[in-house]
Amino acid sequence: MRQHLPHPENRLTITFAAWFLGLLALTTTGARAEQPAPVKIGFVTFLTGPAAAPFGIPDHNAAELLVESLNAGQVPAPYAQVGLGGAKIEAKFLDEAGSASDVVTQFRNLAERDHVDVVVGYVSSGNCLAVTPVAEELKQLTVLDICGTPRVFEEKPRHYVFRVNPHATMDNVSTAKYALAKFKDVSVYSGINQNYAWGQDSWRDFRLVMKDLDPKATVDKELFPKLFAGEYGAEISTLLTSNAQFIHSSFYDGDLEAFIYQAAARGLPQRIPLVLTTGESSLWRLGAKVPDGTVIGARGPHTFFAHESALNVWFHKAYVDRFKEQPIYPAYDFAQSLFGLKTAWEKAQAKKGGGRPTTEEVIAAFEGISFPTPSTTVQMALGNGHQGISDTAVGTYKFDKAESRPEMVDIVRYSAACVNPPADVNSIAWLEGGMKGAKCD
Amino acid sequence: MLTAFAILTDGLVYAAYLFLIAIGLTLIFGVMRILNVTHGSFYAFGAYGSAIAVGIYFDRGFPAAGGFLLMVLVAMVIGLVLGLILERGLLRLFYGKDEVIVVLVTYAAFLILEDVIKLIWGPNSYALYQPLALAGTIDVGSLVLSGYDIGLIVFASLLAIGASFALKRTRWGHLLTVVIFDREIAAALGINVTAVYTITFVIGAMLGALGGAVMAPKIAVTLGIGVEVIVLAFAVVAIGGMGSIGGALLGALIVGECRAAAVHLVPQIELFVIYAVMALVLIFRPQGLFTRIAPRKI
Repeated sequence: MRQHLPHPENRLTITFAAWFLGLLALTTTGARAEQPAPVKIGFVTFLTGPAAAPFGIPDHNAAELLVESLNAGQVPAPYAQVGLGGAKIEAKFLDEAGSASDVVTQFRNLAERDHVDVVVGYVSSGNCLAVTPVAEELKQLTVLDICGTPRVFEEKPRHYVFRVNPHATMDNVSTAKYALAKFKDVSVYSGINQNYAWGQDSWRDFRLVMKDLDPKATVDKELFPKLFAGEYGAEISTLLTSNAQFIHSSFYDGDLEAFIYQAAARGLPQRIPLVLTTGESSLWRLGAKVPDGTVIGARGPHTFFAHESALNVWFHKAYVDRFKEQPIYPAYDFAQSLFGLKTAWEKAQAKKGGGRPTTEEVIAAFEGISFPTPSTTVQMALGNGHQGISDTAVGTYKFDKAESRPEMVDIVRYSAACVNPPADVNSIAWLEGGMKGAKCD
Repeated sequence: MLTAFAILTDGLVYAAYLFLIAIGLTLIFGVMRILNVTHGSFYAFGAYGSAIAVGIYFDRGFPAAGGFLLMVLVAMVIGLVLGLILERGLLRLFYGKDEVIVVLVTYAAFLILEDVIKLIWGPNSYALYQPLALAGTIDVGSLVLSGYDIGLIVFASLLAIGASFALKRTRWGHLLTVVIFDREIAAALGINVTAVYTITFVIGAMLGALGGAVMAPKIAVTLGIGVEVIVLAFAVVAIGGMGSIGGALLGALIVGECRAAAVHLVPQIELFVIYAVMALVLIFRPQGLFTRIAPRKI
């Protein structure tokens, strides 16, 4: 049988294609050989629902900004190396909205189906508590982000889970100290907090601190409206008819804003000052609506309270330039989480002589480290080196009418050792025991 | 004495809020026998529309009275558009089907509309603080009452009177009443039940949007507000009786006053009291306060 050769023109085409494909294979293989495999990170935060605006979106914005900047090697020292140890970050963003069981299922998918190297995220304390045992079960390295419950590391030791951002005990200790210094001779105070874990825990911690620092002060009204209730007429009437010298609240975003509008319209903050432990997150949106003289916390030394540093200048400018709005504390919280992970990863890699570290090696490097962030320096000092602490600050709000922008006055800083429990001491036990071991200036 | 007065006024304000949310829901159920989960979306759309449009109006410095009228107008337009789209475009395809299926359809529509809200207005919250500030305050001892809250009570009262008058004294109200009692007989008598359904649903949507529009100055208009109110609306409608406007009013008053008393006197049970009242009523009158037990039709 005769074999037919391809037409001469076709032979040329085939030859050219073969050479081209061969060259392509060589170059890409070469390129792949030069670039380390990306580090796959699952980022989980609220992208929908009421918690999206105050937490999820700033969190996500910071994640987007930092992942891109790290991958481009644009972050200033000491985070100038590309990605994590030279390996680019491959980010997968997921929505935290849904029930706790949905969140756990999503976590399992990240670990078992997507095989991410790290999971970073979680705003809701309930979700943090739900995914933590699953992370331990699946041996999935996880860095919790904004959630504030101290219980994560106080219920049992954790190996695969870290949290860089300090927990909520710090917020209420610092604001109680500040309130007592500001409002002299406090004998009566009230509180309005959301009726779920965050609100209940915040009020409990605040009351315990007040009992330690000012035993004669009593509580007049303690109100727990439903989360996202939105209408606070009866609560405001109750507070107006109370004898409180100040009102504590851990409200945030929509609830905080609704409360401030309704309360201000009826003259409550003018009569009884507000102490808002997470008030910073709404200041840029509310502006002049927040009465001057309101005591404001930011869950750490963020935004107004951030220490001066080249890293903070870069982060703030990059965020404002990109998103045309000020970064609020959830954005700083995320930056702390990612820079903590990067520090640990690169420390583990250096110890290994430049090779890609395993999960266990990163964990070993992460425990107990200290590292700079845009706001402050964090030290992984609690929970066997898995829970971070830092200093914090509280201030008094003032709206600058000339510049039409919020500002903070009478800022007081509290060292980490002053407002966080010592290592191996349960937060509630520490507060109930009079905060023994606290080292304050 | 001041506490008692505060409980009374706070209860009336909360009752007005609940009635504004519930009246549209109970109307739709009464006529169409549809437990409309999308009612929460009408409320949310009304709130967002009001926050944006009326906010722009007040920012431009136009007269205050026009702003309040614009609130109502925006709600009417939003309710009309959404109501027509949903009823003509979706619900009419499921008339005659099992009631559970219709509820699921309205729930699906609600979920879709929640995402539509995010697509249109994004995740940030909106504030419409000007009406609250403009309405002023009234001092009663150490208690400061908001003029806007007093206005809400008056508005809800006028709405209740107007709805009652429309149902009992107008031709359209009589037609609606016949359809409520028995749609088959109504159809046999030559009433265009389909048109009644459409008009009722649109009116219900407008009322839902109106509830959101007038509440916008008091709340932060943000994602998820529709979810919160639909649960409350169901509780009030269940207490008063499905399909009864008088029942919705009484249910709102009972819940409002009980809740206000709880907040002032025993704040720990504030969340529980609404549903405790509902459970108590339903134990003794499962059909609600204002609805008669009807024989089941086979």
